[in-house]
Amino acid sequence: MNKNIKHEGRRIKSGIHFILGNYAVVEGALAAGCNYFAGYPITPANEISELMSKRLPEVGGIFVQGEDELFSIYSVISASLAGAKSMTATASAGFNYMQEGIGYASAVEVPCVIIDVQRCRGENFATQADVMQMRWGASGDYESIVLAPSSAQELFDFTILAFNLAEEFRNPVIVMSETTIALMRERVEIPEKESIEIYKRMYTSLTPEEYLPFKAKNNSPPEFAPMGKGYHTLYTLNYRNEDGTMDWDAQGYKKLYQRITGKISENKDKICITESYFLNDADAVIIAYGSEVRPALDAIEMARNDGLKIGMLKLITVWPIHENLIKEIAKNIRRIFVVEMNIGKYAKEIERLCLPFCPVTNITKNMGIIHTKEEIYAAIKEAW
Amino acid sequence: MVQQRTNPLRKYIRNRKLPHFFCPGCGCGQILNYFLKAVDDLQLDFKKIITIGGVGCTARIPIYLNTDSLHGVHGRTLAWATGIKLYRPDLKVVIFAGDGDLVSIGGNHFLHASRRNLDVTVILVNNFNFAMTGGQVAPTTPFNSVTMTTPYGSKENTIDVCKLAVSAGATYVSRWSTAKPIQTVKSIKKALQHKGFSLVEILSQCPTNFGRYALRTGDPEKVLEWIKNRSISKTKAEKLNEHELKDKFILGEFIDKKRPVFQGTTLFKEEDN
Ligand SMILES: Cc1ncc(C[n+]2csc(CCOP(=O)(O)OP(=O)(O)O)c2C)c(N)n1
Ligand SMILES: [Mg+2]
Repeated sequence: MNKNIKHEGRRIKSGIHFILGNYAVVEGALAAGCNYFAGYPITPANEISELMSKRLPEVGGIFVQGEDELFSIYSVISASLAGAKSMTATASAGFNYMQEGIGYASAVEVPCVIIDVQRCRGENFATQADVMQMRWGASGDYESIVLAPSSAQELFDFTILAFNLAEEFRNPVIVMSETTIALMRERVEIPEKESIEIYKRMYTSLTPEEYLPFKAKNNSPPEFAPMGKGYHTLYTLNYRNEDGTMDWDAQGYKKLYQRITGKISENKDKICITESYFLNDADAVIIAYGSEVRPALDAIEMARNDGLKIGMLKLITVWPIHENLIKEIAKNIRRIFVVEMNIGKYAKEIERLCLPFCPVTNITKNMGIIHTKEEIYAAIKEAW
Repeated sequence: MVQQRTNPLRKYIRNRKLPHFFCPGCGCGQILNYFLKAVDDLQLDFKKIITIGGVGCTARIPIYLNTDSLHGVHGRTLAWATGIKLYRPDLKVVIFAGDGDLVSIGGNHFLHASRRNLDVTVILVNNFNFAMTGGQVAPTTPFNSVTMTTPYGSKENTIDVCKLAVSAGATYVSRWSTAKPIQTVKSIKKALQHKGFSLVEILSQCPTNFGRYALRTGDPEKVLEWIKNRSISKTKAEKLNEHELKDKFILGEFIDKKRPVFQGTTLFKEEDN
């Protein structure tokens, strides 16, 4: 890292701004302490790299425009292993290439942040079609943490959250952005440095002789050892024992992946964040995430004006899915609507959880355009 | 009386990791030794060396070493190396790459790391095939060779990795073979001390796969003999024409120069106003 940081004071631009969603991501990353970024040009994520290339070097960080997205993800992973807070940003086509790296980062338990600004195949129109790829894109067993912002402000806030979750759980965290919010200018409030919470990576207090790189409590990540200090940690994709050596052991493999997936699936209550709107008296509930939350809320206002008691569960954490909460809601209502911009992918997951309790109607739109409130309201009325 | 003595290089090897998994007669064990000999001669701080392997037989060299290491993904070694080297320039990064790993799947990263003059050392073990997967044709397999995926002989031209590195911008490039231990160790030492992108290509015998399929012998000595017979020094090669150099491996140093090393795509500069 650049030891002669000239302008650390420029890192957090506290105040009120009117900025592009993509810029809000950059400001969020910087506020979270990001000091390594690699990216490859792709619309509609370019503004992230462009602003990073200016902002990161001025606060002593490193910016690299890689030769492809594989470079981006792998250099971000290794920089993190070397101690950096690192991030990459791409859009759907580039996100494809990153899956292999996400698999490695999940297996080796590497904190890093990936921004995917979803776009329609080859075109920069609005979509949420990568929602399943964010969960299942890589080969092998793993759990994902995916956050879905719905505004420029949330792009800022959730990018910070993503860095914190990544460090806390030693896992890659994906911020699921969309053309809609990435390329929209909005009010973004950047707080004072003191009121931004940052999760600091803890390093082991053990000596190299005592330290076992992959020994951890059940459902928890292991402790990091600093690089280059004689801990000789082997970060291999292959199965490795707690001491980090690479020797196949069927029982050990099972245990390792129980822990790696369990640290997320068994900590859902800690990880999952949702917001509820009018749930108290709701007969039916909309589940929405990302930018679709906005027209969905407007549609609820229309419905309520007409006397239909409908509420909304906004998913900030799309993965892991907050199973218990969603099931609880389903038990007490007549119907669930899932609003999303794809062929109806997340709806299947909601059906899996809710069908024993109530019907699920999916309100999908898959033509590069976000729903209007009228469209959502019409779909609600039809099913009511 | 026979005195029990430990190999002085044993201290660099992970506990409980030996014996290694390389086939009898494989060059990888020799190359591991050459590297450790170079490190030991130079008295480098072993804690500050990060070793990286992708996948393949060669890529397993780091798993035996008492270093922080990355391993297990095919072809991304130089992307890994970049993240570490830029963030921690105080560390020495050494990559052990098979020919498939470095110039087949990882070819693009190789061009760009050379171009950028990334300050790392690549030890390329060229065994002329994809060994770990069972002996398939590689970009380094000689024309017309029979391999597991070229039953009628290979109809693809080969890559001269050293030439490629030089033209892409690498600043230290050499080629040796396991048959030349002294020169190889010397060259690895130079590479480790070089500031900038250094590549040492080591031609190496793979008796199990390349030997048996392409040369019709599983005898390591014979495979080594084949490498030796085809090798020619750079000084001698300079006097020969293209025809005479056909099917020859040129050994020697191809470039050794200074150029600023990579620190990032753009570096901060105060705006003048
Ligand atoms: C993405 C991916 N593709 C393919 C493989 C299978 N594979 C394992 S090792 C290897 C190539 C080995 O050849 P080389 O790099 O020359 O190393 P060697 O074994 O010859 O030392 C391949 C293709 C893999 N592990 N991952
Ligand atoms: Mg090979």
